Amino acid sequence: MRGAPSAPGGMARRPRRGRLHGPARIALGCLLLLAAASLLTLPWTARLMDAQDLARALTPPPAGIGELAQTPLIDWLGRDANGRSLLVRCLYGGAVSMAFGLLAAFLAVTLGVAYGLVSGYLGGGVDGLLMRLLDVFQSLPHILLVMLLSISLQPRLQQLLPAGLDRWANFLILACAIGAVSWLTMARVIRGQVLSLRGQAFAEAARALGCSRRRILVRHLLPHLTGPILVYAALTVPSAILQESFLSFLGVGIQPPQATWGLLAADGIGGVNPIAFQWWLILFPCAFLSVTLLSLQLLADALRDALDPRARRARGGGAV
Amino acid sequence: MSGAALLRRLLQVPVVLLFIYVTTVLLLMATPGNPFEAGERPLPPEVLAAKRHQFNYDQPALERYFWTWPIERLLIRRDLRSHWYEDRTVTEILAVSLPVSLQLGLFALCIAVLGGTTLGVVAAARRDRAVDYLANLVALLGISLPSFVVGLVLLITGCLWLRAVPVGGWGRVNQIWLPGLSLALGPLAYITRLTRSAMLEVLAEPYVQAARAKGVGRRRLLFGHAFPNAFLPVLSYLGPAAASVLLGSFVVEKVFAVPGVGTHVVESVRNRDQTLILATVLTYGALLTLFQLVVDLLYALVDPRIQVGRAGR
Repeated sequence: MRGAPSAPGGMARRPRRGRLHGPARIALGCLLLLAAASLLTLPWTARLMDAQDLARALTPPPAGIGELAQTPLIDWLGRDANGRSLLVRCLYGGAVSMAFGLLAAFLAVTLGVAYGLVSGYLGGGVDGLLMRLLDVFQSLPHILLVMLLSISLQPRLQQLLPAGLDRWANFLILACAIGAVSWLTMARVIRGQVLSLRGQAFAEAARALGCSRRRILVRHLLPHLTGPILVYAALTVPSAILQESFLSFLGVGIQPPQATWGLLAADGIGGVNPIAFQWWLILFPCAFLSVTLLSLQLLADALRDALDPRARRARGGGAV
Repeated sequence: MSGAALLRRLLQVPVVLLFIYVTTVLLLMATPGNPFEAGERPLPPEVLAAKRHQFNYDQPALERYFWTWPIERLLIRRDLRSHWYEDRTVTEILAVSLPVSLQLGLFALCIAVLGGTTLGVVAAARRDRAVDYLANLVALLGISLPSFVVGLVLLITGCLWLRAVPVGGWGRVNQIWLPGLSLALGPLAYITRLTRSAMLEVLAEPYVQAARAKGVGRRRLLFGHAFPNAFLPVLSYLGPAAASVLLGSFVVEKVFAVPGVGTHVVESVRNRDQTLILATVLTYGALLTLFQLVVDLLYALVDPRIQVGRAGR
């Protein structure tokens, strides 16, 4: 009963899922390349990212192929005002930014799915109340709240963490704060799906068989939601990295002994002036950040076109 | 819209504002340190006592945060000073900087709505042609690139290369273009995508085909018949768009040295300047809530099927 009828449906859908179109394929390549470069070099970059060589401060990157061959790899992207290698800092910052995006997205997805499941399944008055609450959350000035959350909770976490880890307190708090304001869309989508799923025959059958509420939610409803969950998780990662870079650029996000792309860009903005234009300080962090965000967004869009029934109904119209 | 629904929606405004205020106060109370007690040079005890009295720290916290500061000093006497810039009241600081941020934000919002809807309609009308691909590219770039990257690209090309506009600052007409554009690109991209997909859906509806069969001209069909219905999703996105433009301006203001609220927000958060933080959060909360209210009312006015105050927008 189980194997035979589901096979044709699966067969029919599979080619759609497996196919990545041109731009999405390039995006995946860029992303894998950047992730591999950042993560595999982490043992070295973590050690070298604060190594200063003041004698070589503000060395520009080599101009032309001939000069490139003569300079050591570490100087390929030039050095900053403290003589630190920009290549090392960009790679290290990349690892931090990507880890940040994943952590914040994980938190947002967990919160959003839990909220949406509960709200959609319980329905009625509880659902109304939870949705009202969601409306209230939605109209808060999120960026301001994230700033406040990070300044108020960070010193406390710093005391809790052991000595070597306390420089990560800032990172953790910010990821939690951004995760805590990014789950709203996820919750809405999941609630809508659960509302339509819970009336279907298989859910009623599970209830009639005496399954507990929790079992129905986790074992019967949740597997049907993998599509939208994946899509919104993929959309949340770039938006979390974007918000982190926004805050770090302003100077209220990740704090200086750490490095992220937003922070490096903020460092480099002093180099944008008509007198001594230190272009490399601003170009490379922004380029790394932009390529990553573009790739993530392209992949998320491709994933949605493949998995989200709403986008497919819009005839590949690229719903927002 | 029924009267009860309107009343319910109106009642939501003070609830949201109170929620914002209480959250902010709780977070501030949980923040260790204040501008007087932490610092390299500790103040003499008499001065400290005077400061604490000046800022009502000698009162119980509840009274200070929920009566003295917001009602008595901010609204009635208007003498609530910033902790950090002690020679200025928060009202003065905001009165100078908020209009700048608001002008920049509204300008960007106008660009985003006009540009986004135009691009979306054109892209949907010429689906799978060059214009469509261009619109998709603009939308992709706008959604994924941070506004400071866009701002820096515009700054370097427009000011350092072409020398067409001044590098930064505020006050002249040609100083608003670049910050406005870089701020607008994000919401513009969303509006383009929204308009395009809504237009594609509407263009497939029978009433559009009926109008076409009747011999309605192409332009009239697009803008007179299809667009008004495709505009509804854009209208409901205007609330989030306003939030993104108003809060996003902090970064753009830093790039272009615009004297808006951005620097004050960052400085107040860094210096634990409680009075200024409270005032900015409240101001922005009120602005966004009111804007969302206006959008919801407009929505109900435009589309009588919508019931304001019901779950799910």
